[in-house]
Amino acid sequence: MLRFVGKRLALLPLVMLGVTVLLFALLQFLTPEMRAALYVKDPRQLAALEAIIQKHHLRDPLPIQYWSWLKQVLVGDLGYSETAKMPVADAIRAFFPATLELTFAAFFPILFIGVWLGTKSAVHKDKFVDHFSRFVAITGYSLPSFVLGLLLLMIFYGKMKMFAPGRYSLDVDLLVHSDEFRHVTGLLLVDSVLNWKWSVFWDVAKHLVLPSATLVYISMALLLRITRSSMLEELGKDYVRTARAKGLSERAVINKHARANALIPVVTLSSLLFVGLLGGVVITETVFDYPGIGRWGVNAAQQLDIPGVLGSALLSSLLFVVANMLADVAYALVDPRIRVQ
Amino acid sequence: MNSTLRNVWKKLKKKPMSLLGCAIIGGYTLVAGLAPVLARPAPNTRDVYLIPQDGYSPDPVRPSKEHWFGTTEQQYDLFYGMVWGTRTAFKVALSVVLTSLLIGILIGGLAGFYGGWVDETLMRFTDVVLAFPDLVLSVVIVAVLQPGLYKVMAAVVLVSWPSYARLLRGDVLSIKEREFVLAARALGASDSRILLRHILPNCIYPLLVVASLSMGRIVITAAALSFLGLGAPVGYADWGQLISLSRNWILGSSGNPFEFWHTVFIPGTAIFLFVLGWNLLGDAFRDILDPRQK
Repeated sequence: MLRFVGKRLALLPLVMLGVTVLLFALLQFLTPEMRAALYVKDPRQLAALEAIIQKHHLRDPLPIQYWSWLKQVLVGDLGYSETAKMPVADAIRAFFPATLELTFAAFFPILFIGVWLGTKSAVHKDKFVDHFSRFVAITGYSLPSFVLGLLLLMIFYGKMKMFAPGRYSLDVDLLVHSDEFRHVTGLLLVDSVLNWKWSVFWDVAKHLVLPSATLVYISMALLLRITRSSMLEELGKDYVRTARAKGLSERAVINKHARANALIPVVTLSSLLFVGLLGGVVITETVFDYPGIGRWGVNAAQQLDIPGVLGSALLSSLLFVVANMLADVAYALVDPRIRVQ
Repeated sequence: MNSTLRNVWKKLKKKPMSLLGCAIIGGYTLVAGLAPVLARPAPNTRDVYLIPQDGYSPDPVRPSKEHWFGTTEQQYDLFYGMVWGTRTAFKVALSVVLTSLLIGILIGGLAGFYGGWVDETLMRFTDVVLAFPDLVLSVVIVAVLQPGLYKVMAAVVLVSWPSYARLLRGDVLSIKEREFVLAARALGASDSRILLRHILPNCIYPLLVVASLSMGRIVITAAALSFLGLGAPVGYADWGQLISLSRNWILGSSGNPFEFWHTVFIPGTAIFLFVLGWNLLGDAFRDILDPRQK
């Protein structure tokens, strides 16, 4: 097992190196002047553009250029993001916790609702619950997140004035950025509790409702269907019949016996779900004007802020690769046959 | 052939959802085909895909006799945009899927067939492309290429082919060890003949099933890029682009919060049904072609 994990870990830097090569290759569509923006940290430096081009070999052969760029990336120097109005490394530190918070706020509800509804629809196969969950799955799979997001905003923000877009309201914004609010984790839900500021907690939680509901609805389909089919399979097995035969209550049979086994594929799927959410937040954050990595990347792309685009893409791919690796490891933990291959 | 068709029809008939998918996509095909009749472009129009504007007022106008679906901001006629947008949607979906299938077949086929360093190089490359969430990489690609509808299509192709390539490679790897391939080789068939005539026909079906199932996702990704303002220019008949025009109007006016509902609801429903149609059709396709996957 350790060897398998070690092998997967060793692959990680290689894939990330490939990621930098791909991004570098894409950069070649831009002129040297535009690429010089990657090295500008201060708008005043723009006057000396030619010097920057010279210094970073932007007109030199590709391998030299790549090496010079990679050296910068490796020390965490990713340039200055015009849209975020700060260096890329700082922007990542500012936006990433927000994205993480939103991802978690969607991840756990998906897990609970997906497993619960999936079990229900397997137990009551072809009954109302089953049809309902099929409806949820197929519509969630077909509904673009921006359409659902805008409709939710129209109803719950425009009509009912319950939930507003953004990450917090104006007064909370002031409070969060005042000196008396200590930032420990960057996750405002956690920090507000640590600071004992419940008004912040409720405000942030309220702002998370609509975006996470959007994510839950559009990302739940797969988990729902897998739980259902895996549960159906287990319910047909002999040990379930035995459990029933010895007089256990139906509830114990379903919740203790069948579901424990049915959850094995679900456990491995959940890390893939996390991976999917990381891609899904891009649109959701943009629709709800939620200040995370996704919205920043999109804004940067719209305004040709190349350092911003690259920074957010590098971070997303790093998270993506790590989450995928964890999915592999989880799979190997559960299913020993994978390790041998 | 006739009996296969009858078999397909028999299987389809048993699944009302698949029939619904056929009906939806059939309906959209009809709208796309009849676009010049349903929404007649003004005479001497330079480009029929540019939506006519009725004035320049920023506020959307609600549906009326003159504009059946109302207008969006800057008075683009929503009905015209929806009808001609159907053609755009088909164009994007079909050409993206076909192109990425071709690239996937080429790369996956070569990697699986030749193995060795060819396989190693090509597959490590697909690994790198797969190391990004679809949408993130396509945003990067469109950002460096500059926005535009064809750039969006190129970007979605570039993020979609790796999963096809990976799938096909695995199938080619197993098929190429079979006896009939050895027999063909012993008869002196060339590499390209073995690959195209003997191996590909035996592993193409799972790929086609996956491709038809991924149609919906591809439509959503392309529409999302347009929605983000990275696709067709403002005023082009494209659903994602039309929805982005509604973003400033979700609040309505005072006293009537749903005043501009049509700007979100109509193009939103169109995309939803289109994707739903493809997803249902993909499911049907899977059931017909590959009963094992059930």
